[in-house]
Amino acid sequence: MSILIYAESQNGKVAKSAKELASYAKAYGDKTGQDVVAVGIGLANAEELFNHGVNKVLNVENEALKVFNAFAYADVVKAAAEQVGADLVIINDSNDAVYMGPVLAEKLDAGYVSQVISLPEDTDDFVVKRKVFSNKGIAYTAVLTGKKLLRLSKNAFGLVENPVSGVIESFAPEVDLSVYDAYKIVSVEKATGKISLTDADIVVSAGRGMKGPENWGMIEELAEVLGAATACSKPVADLGWRPHQEHVGQTGKQVAPNLYIAVGISGAIQHLAGVNSSKNMLVINNDPEAPFFKAADYGVVGDAFEVVPKLIEKLKAFKNQ
Amino acid sequence: MKILFLMSSVPDTTSKINFTENNTKFDESGIQYVINPHDEFGLTKAMQLKEKFGGEVVVLHVGTAKSDAVIRKVLAIGADRAVRIDADPQDSYYTAVQIADYLNKHNDFDLIIAGKESLDYNGGMVHGLVAAMSGLKFVNAVIGLDVLEDGKVSVAREIDGGKEVLEITLPLIIGGQKGLVKEEELRIPNMRGIMMARKKPLEVIPAIEAPAKTKIEKFEKPAPKGSIKLVDKDNLDELIDLLHNEAKVI
Repeated sequence: MSILIYAESQNGKVAKSAKELASYAKAYGDKTGQDVVAVGIGLANAEELFNHGVNKVLNVENEALKVFNAFAYADVVKAAAEQVGADLVIINDSNDAVYMGPVLAEKLDAGYVSQVISLPEDTDDFVVKRKVFSNKGIAYTAVLTGKKLLRLSKNAFGLVENPVSGVIESFAPEVDLSVYDAYKIVSVEKATGKISLTDADIVVSAGRGMKGPENWGMIEELAEVLGAATACSKPVADLGWRPHQEHVGQTGKQVAPNLYIAVGISGAIQHLAGVNSSKNMLVINNDPEAPFFKAADYGVVGDAFEVVPKLIEKLKAFKNQ
Repeated sequence: MKILFLMSSVPDTTSKINFTENNTKFDESGIQYVINPHDEFGLTKAMQLKEKFGGEVVVLHVGTAKSDAVIRKVLAIGADRAVRIDADPQDSYYTAVQIADYLNKHNDFDLIIAGKESLDYNGGMVHGLVAAMSGLKFVNAVIGLDVLEDGKVSVAREIDGGKEVLEITLPLIIGGQKGLVKEEELRIPNMRGIMMARKKPLEVIPAIEAPAKTKIEKFEKPAPKGSIKLVDKDNLDELIDLLHNEAKVI
C-alpha cells in the first residue's frame, strides 16, 4: 500500500507543488508505514522528488498526453492508484488540478476534500482541516470512505527535505484519448517571462491609493527587484487601471505567497479573504486606521509615493550585497 | 437554448463568520444570504444567451426553504422558473447526487451553468462531480463562452498564467467565474422583475436517498494574527532586516 501524489509538470519539470505534496505525503506515510509514489506526465527531472521522500515515480511518456485534459489526466492518476494500491491520493490546487479533482474523485469513488491545510489528525479517524468561508473558518472534515482524495492548499505544508532512494518507472496506462477530440483546443495564451500570480513566492499588490494607472511603474519595479508577481485590488480592476487577471480577493484570485505586499490597499474583508493565507503580509498605507494594519505582519505608515521608491533603492542595495 | 442554472446561496461576502453549538454549526444569526458571487456571472450569461437564442432558463437549487428568498431573486433577474430539491445538504457529494438525479430525469438541457466554487464551503467540486456522474462534458474556471454553429460553443478557461480556448459540442457543464461576463454587465433585479418573480413557478421536489462521503466534525476560527510590527518610514533598513532575518522571505 502506498500513498499516491499527482506530480504536476510545469514546462516539463516537476512543479514546486509536487514537492510540497511529496513532503506532506511523506510525513503522513511515516506515521502509517506507507511509502510515497508520484505519478506525473513527461517529467524531465522526476528524480528531484526523491529529495522530498518519494520512493517511486510513475512517469508517463506518451506524447498524446503532454497536453492537459481533465478526463484523460484523471484516468492516468486513477490507473496509477490502482497499480500501486493507493487508497489515499493527493493533488495540488493549480487551475488544472482543481478542474481534474472532482472528475478524479468520481472515477476513484473516493471521498474528496479540497482546501486541505493539515495532515490527518490521527491514523484511525481520518480527519483533516480545511479552509472554509473564504479563509474565515476552518472545518475539521472526516472522510468516511475507504478511498480518499485530498487537494492540498498551496503553501499550507511547505517543502521538507527528506532524501530517500527512489526509482523512476515508465508508466503507460490505458487512457481514452477520444476526450481530446471532444475538447478541441483552439488557442492557448500564456504570459511568458512573467511570474505567474498563483506560483509567485512574493506578490506586490496595489490599490486605489495609487491614484491612477500611470503610477504603476513603481509597483512593477518593486516587483521586479523582488522577483515578484504584480496584483491589484478589486476596485482597481473594476476601474480598468489593471487587467482583471491581477484582481486578488474573494471573487478574484486567491493567493498564498510567502510574502504579500499591499500598497495603498485599505484591506476590505473581501480582499483579505483572498490573501490571508499568505505566510507574511506587509502593508504600506498612509492611513494608520486602514483595516489592513490589523491583518498584516509588518507595516509602514506612510505615503506610497515616498515609501515605495525608497524601498526599491534599499532593496537594490540589499540584493547587491 | 435550454439552460439549467445551478445556484448556491451563501452568506453575504461582508459577513462575520461565527460558529455555534460547541463549534459544530455555522452561526446563521444576523447572516444575509446572497446569490453566490461566482454564480452571478453565469446567471447573467444565461440571460444573455436566452435573449439572443431564445429558450428557457431554469434555476436549480439543493437546499431548504430558507433559500427561497434568494431563489426568488434569481427569478427576478430573469430565470423562467425554479426547482428546489428539498434537502439540508450533508456534503458536496450528496448535493451532486441530487443534481445528477435531476439531470438524469430531465436530460434536455443544452448548457448547465454553475459557479466554480461557492463562497461558503469553497469545495469547488459539486459541478465537476455532477459532470462525472452524468457523463456530461465539463469545463471549469470558465472566463468566456461564445455560441458557434452546429451546436458548438467556444469556451475559454483560466489556466495558470493565462487562458485556453476550447471548442466543444453541447451539452456541457461549466464552472463559471469572473470574466464570463463583464462586471458591469451583472444584472440586479428591477421592480418589474421582482413583481413578475412572485408569479413564476418554484417547484419543490423531494431529495433522493444518498450517502455523504465526508462529514464536518467541528469548526474553528483561524488563529488570530500576532500583532503587527510597524516600521518607521524613515527606517526601511529595519524592514529589510525583518523580511530577511525574521520572515526569511527575501
